[in-house]
Amino acid sequence: MRLEPLANPSRYRVLGVTLAALGVAFVLVGGLFAAYGLHPLEAYRAMLSGTLLDAKGWQEILRRSIPLLLIGVGLTLAFRTQFFNIGAEGQMLVGAVWAAGVALFVPLPPWLSLPGMVLAGALGGALWCLVAAWLKSRLSVNEILTTLMLNYVAQSLVIFLINGPWKGRDARGYIYSDRFAEYQQLAALPGTNVHWPTLLLGVLLALFLQLMLTRTTLGFQMRVVGENPGAARYLGIPGGRVILWVALITGGLAGLAGVGEIAGIHHRLIEPGQLSSGYGFTAIIVAWLARGNPALVLLTAPLMGLILAGGDLLKVSLNMPFRIVDVFSGVMLMCLIASEVFVRNRVRWGR
Amino acid sequence: MGEPLLRLQNITKRFPGVVANDSVSLEVYPGEVLALLGENGAGKSTLISILYGLYRPDEGEIFIEGRPVKIASPLDALRLGIGLVPQHPTLVGRHTVAENLALGIGTPLLPARRIVPLIERIAQGYGLHIDPKAPVHQLSPGEKQRVEIVRALLRGAKVLILDEPTSVLTPQEAEALFQVMRELKAAGKSLIFISHKLEEVLAIADRCTVLRRGRVVSSLPTPEASKTKLAQMMVGRSVSFERKRANPQMGEVLLRVEDLQVRSGRNLPALRGVSFELCAGEILGIAGVAGNGQSELVEVLAGLRKMEGGMVRLAGQPLVANPARLFAQGVAHIPEDRIHMGTVPSMSVAENLALRTFHQAPFARGFLSNPAAYAANAEARVKEYAVATPSIHTPSRLLSGGNIQKVILARELAGQPRLILAVHPTYGLDIGATEQVHRVLLEKTYQGAGVLLVSEDLEELLSLSDRIAVLYQGRLRGPYPVGQISREQVGLLMTGGEA
Repeated sequence: MRLEPLANPSRYRVLGVTLAALGVAFVLVGGLFAAYGLHPLEAYRAMLSGTLLDAKGWQEILRRSIPLLLIGVGLTLAFRTQFFNIGAEGQMLVGAVWAAGVALFVPLPPWLSLPGMVLAGALGGALWCLVAAWLKSRLSVNEILTTLMLNYVAQSLVIFLINGPWKGRDARGYIYSDRFAEYQQLAALPGTNVHWPTLLLGVLLALFLQLMLTRTTLGFQMRVVGENPGAARYLGIPGGRVILWVALITGGLAGLAGVGEIAGIHHRLIEPGQLSSGYGFTAIIVAWLARGNPALVLLTAPLMGLILAGGDLLKVSLNMPFRIVDVFSGVMLMCLIASEVFVRNRVRWGR
Repeated sequence: MGEPLLRLQNITKRFPGVVANDSVSLEVYPGEVLALLGENGAGKSTLISILYGLYRPDEGEIFIEGRPVKIASPLDALRLGIGLVPQHPTLVGRHTVAENLALGIGTPLLPARRIVPLIERIAQGYGLHIDPKAPVHQLSPGEKQRVEIVRALLRGAKVLILDEPTSVLTPQEAEALFQVMRELKAAGKSLIFISHKLEEVLAIADRCTVLRRGRVVSSLPTPEASKTKLAQMMVGRSVSFERKRANPQMGEVLLRVEDLQVRSGRNLPALRGVSFELCAGEILGIAGVAGNGQSELVEVLAGLRKMEGGMVRLAGQPLVANPARLFAQGVAHIPEDRIHMGTVPSMSVAENLALRTFHQAPFARGFLSNPAAYAANAEARVKEYAVATPSIHTPSRLLSGGNIQKVILARELAGQPRLILAVHPTYGLDIGATEQVHRVLLEKTYQGAGVLLVSEDLEELLSLSDRIAVLYQGRLRGPYPVGQISREQVGLLMTGGEA
């Protein structure tokens, strides 16, 4: 077997290879199901029938797609500009903390409280990300390390707050904050947990950022900085400043996702593990699949939402640990990254 | 002459959309230097890749000493006695010469120590002066190349392919290389010598084979060849080698550099008090072996690097260290590295042509980009500079080196630049593209631009420049008017000698 480089892989090739990689991932995870003592097809049938063929299932997919959409859009932009933000999880938690802080402690008129929470959440996430971006542009500290490590700081911060100073008066043995007031909760589709204002915001932002990237001067600068930093220096485009902008956007979107989770579903600040179920990491795959196009996240976020919702079902109906979805995402990401070689090369057999 | 050591018969290699080698036949005899000539894209690289086992031919046969062979990998090639001396050395900088050479052939235990005597024997046998214990990163380009030659010989090469070996060498170093080549020849080795520099080919080759568009145009003994004849065969029409510069019209002093001191990226002194003046309408050539301060000089003038001391004035005003503002003031920069600096390879030709002006009308309306302006600008520039591209929306990485350079020229020289910083503007370009670059630069000087031309190609410097200065270890010698200095004198200054 030999590989011959392709100068310009076609769109169909990219799509075909991506689908094939996902197929391989499903087969590999199927093997894991089998090792767990389940028939793989049975497991997949359970996942699909409980999600795509079921009204409640659709709600679950949508609910889980919202944070993936918001974070995924921001990460797509970040990856496109070579700012490898692995810390969306932490930025989401900090966004939730700031929003909760406003909800619990800032005396705002009721009509202003929710907008205040949204703004504070976005700002919190953005500033958390800015720490890493500033270290990168000033001191050339690798952002993969800083953003990743800041996740743990954010987790500890949430746990500290809800165990100590922000612990709810009615919490007793549990650890969470006080419940938000009615007017501090995001509207949801009737009878569901789908907080639609956040969903709508995510859809609009995906389209808006797609336009920004392709049709504005700031987007042009971001692409130059991301695709050829040497050219950015040569042209006098301030790469550091562009990266700060990208960090603000990607962190801010993750912060918004955090606001959505607490103001739309839980209505209080809760433990990191329950608040997020790893959205910040799963969104990395969402962004990877979108290949640098924020608008494509509109497709890839629901796909991962489906897998997360399916993971819930596996837990409930087939008694598997929920963390199977982490294995799922991990295998998918590995297959996708490995498949890159088949996007860029043609395979030839024989001599 | 007997039997050829290596013979290619009707080698054909097709790539999507092109026939890179079209029924190419050639042979090399023992004790012979064969020059392989051709423009970029003529098929030389493909042919070498086939010989070295990197590509397999679609048709045709290869014979070594009369036996048909299949070369499936570089390992096969080495086993069959074919060695390649690559254009850019592939050595591990932190390792010593011996350690590098031991890679792949040494014994598992202390491989480097065992082959030192072997290296010394081979090196002495052919007049290759290298110290096996020296770390490779301390070696000059010429020395690294000698290490590559020894490597091929260690592996038992009978046929040595030298891919543009002189492109990184000073004239003196090149002469030393030719001496080694003569020794190898005398020892019965076959050499395939690839070069763009015709006078070198005439000096060292026994026969010349010229490729054009994948076909062998001609194969002739060197005594029957001349520079004009070879160039004509390469491009398929006549080419002039006259000095291209006619009556320069110099104006006011445009650029005044006084006692400029600059540190390199590794914080070592790169320029130690450089002073010169450049007039409007003048071409000032800067010669020198790479790494003697040329990059730093250009970077300061382009606003990419801070100066440590001294003064630079552009049209009387102190220079602002900001590339975007300098461009707006009329400083065009044709950078050394087309791929990593001059273009964004993943962006379209149209976007690359707008890299300098994307934030201004008509390319931008407020924050919004105007795709129609990109397209209109690109159509006009592509036509003006005859850029060969499938479409203005093609990513620039799919273009050939010459066309990428045309895109850069078209972008940088649009409008009326006052100062043009041109760094190796024709490096790796074929004769046709080189002529176009030279013509455009000359045209701009007649319109009043001053050109700082940094090049390692002495032919180019001597045929274009009005004055030449030489950078050696951060100090500038000259400038000397071109008529008052010879090629050999420039070569001496480049290596720190006295002219």
